[in-house]
Amino acid sequence: MATVDVTNRGALPNPDVGTYEDVNRDVLKVLGRPGKGWWMLFGIAAAGVGLFLTSWFWQIYKGIGVSGLNAPVGWGVYITTFVFWVGIAHSGTLISAILFLFRAPWRQAIYRASEAMTVFAVMTAGLFPLIHVGRVWHAYWLIPYPNDRFLWPNFRSPLVWDVFAITTYFTVSAVFFYLGTIPDLAAARDHARGLRKRFYQLISLGWRGTDREWHHFSKAYIYLAALATPLVLSVHSVVSWDFAMAIVPGWHTTIFAPYFVAGAIFSGVALVITLAVPMRKFFGLEKYLTVKHFEAMAKLCMLTSAIVLYAYLTEYFLAWYSGEPPERGSFWNRVFGHYWWANWIMLTCNGLVPLMLWFRRVRRSISALFVISIFINIGMWFERYVIIVTSLSHEYEPWAWGLYRPSIVEMGILIGSFAWFGFWFLLFTRLLPPVAIAEMKEVVPPPMRGKEAVS
Amino acid sequence: MMGARRRQGHRGFFALFEHLDSTIDACKALRAAGHKRFRAYAPLPEHNLLEDGLALKHSPVRVFTLAGAMTGAATGFAFTTWTSLDWPLITGGKPLMSIPAYVVIAFECAILFGALSTVIGLFINAGLPNFRPMVAYHPACSDGCFGVYVTAPPAKADAVKELLDGFQPAELQEDPEGFDV
Repeated sequence: MATVDVTNRGALPNPDVGTYEDVNRDVLKVLGRPGKGWWMLFGIAAAGVGLFLTSWFWQIYKGIGVSGLNAPVGWGVYITTFVFWVGIAHSGTLISAILFLFRAPWRQAIYRASEAMTVFAVMTAGLFPLIHVGRVWHAYWLIPYPNDRFLWPNFRSPLVWDVFAITTYFTVSAVFFYLGTIPDLAAARDHARGLRKRFYQLISLGWRGTDREWHHFSKAYIYLAALATPLVLSVHSVVSWDFAMAIVPGWHTTIFAPYFVAGAIFSGVALVITLAVPMRKFFGLEKYLTVKHFEAMAKLCMLTSAIVLYAYLTEYFLAWYSGEPPERGSFWNRVFGHYWWANWIMLTCNGLVPLMLWFRRVRRSISALFVISIFINIGMWFERYVIIVTSLSHEYEPWAWGLYRPSIVEMGILIGSFAWFGFWFLLFTRLLPPVAIAEMKEVVPPPMRGKEAVS
Repeated sequence: MMGARRRQGHRGFFALFEHLDSTIDACKALRAAGHKRFRAYAPLPEHNLLEDGLALKHSPVRVFTLAGAMTGAATGFAFTTWTSLDWPLITGGKPLMSIPAYVVIAFECAILFGALSTVIGLFINAGLPNFRPMVAYHPACSDGCFGVYVTAPPAKADAVKELLDGFQPAELQEDPEGFDV
């Protein structure tokens, strides 16, 4: 698949991985019995899922009134968190599809974990519209189906586009993820015993690694990557149009699509760093996730942070330059109004802190990157909070202005969503090979009888 | 190449190679000797082996991708158009046929149908899922080794065995009965 010059070892992203057998041994040992640390984390995640479900069921029982949502702020923490998780999902497809098409050799070691993250992040995001609609038993009305009144959804509405974009994104990223794991599941099958072997036998679909399988597989993978690339750019554009198509001051701008896509990649790569640092340490994958990988991801953060900061400044400038009092008022309110603190958290975490990435020493320090990535995660959540809540609280007529305060139920669901995501991610690290075994072998020199490379 | 299941009365040879270049050379030699019914095993999509050793070219999967994506786009447009006309309802002062808005739906359907049809194309062409007992397989082929399995009529069997032996396989099995995987 990827064309990597494996004759020049120094240029390889993983110079310490010597042979194909090393890859199997190092990655498959992660699938063994989980240790105490894993069970502890899993327990915390399970408790968090409990909090999530309890909060949600309470809201279903009492009604959407238990949230802080009210006129004029009808979109709050739920939609903020929805956009946050959709954004997180983007880095996985970026790394697995876009960097695949660009033949970036550092993607091999990291892409499986980031793709898993994508699938789980969309699974998390997808719950939020259901939570937000309140009467969740009517949520299926979002799907166009032949009903007894022959009424159809309004396809001119960006919210309906969103239904299509998110369901497509979930389906395609899940398929892409599963397809990529099949050869590795076969490797796990050949290595495992007993009940585990039966499990891998079943989900590896009888993969044998024959020439015919690989031939069609590698072609199918390219076509899927080619489809996933425009998809990943479209999904967050569609999400941004949920806002940009409305005439709310602060939302109604054309830069929203690229601005949201850059922000999504920014936050997604940051979360990959946040998760890869402990994964590397606990599972002994230092040879696989090397400083080179982290530096490459830091560069992606650096670039997207610059785009996001530029978008913030453009928004301020255009609000002033438009001469429109509501537009100017909206942005003045963002910076100096009731929610000034949210805006300044956003600017500090997304604009100022990532400036440290311009130093090579910071980009090559894994602990520094871990800390910065957490700042970025926080900042990107607040970015969506600022866009959604401050804009709605300060629209055109002063008598319609109002404030919003998240309720404890909303906070429970927000915290619980991280646990729900972590729950699935922890299961993933134990059941599926967390590093792509077959693709790692592409950046390892092949075993040769003679010294000369194969032409 | 072609199917690995042995024909009635045919012999089968499975050679396990530790080196990539031996595997490629063995495949080339088999092709040069006129063998069509053999199969190579690899732990990774090694394009030198696929293109150089086995001369595999285009995969019909791309036809599935294209057909799926076009069907999806057409379905997306047709569906949005039909539902707008089925219950004509002006919303937001927009025309009944709001093409720019429908592009989004058509685009998403194109991607969705294209991706699913690519997977179907892969499954059909690669013969997956394949839960038949594995006749010739070696667990090392998902680890660090390569394999070649050839079937031949009894008259040619000795020549095949000699040919494979010439490339110094780590293991050469005659008429393998399969592994429990």
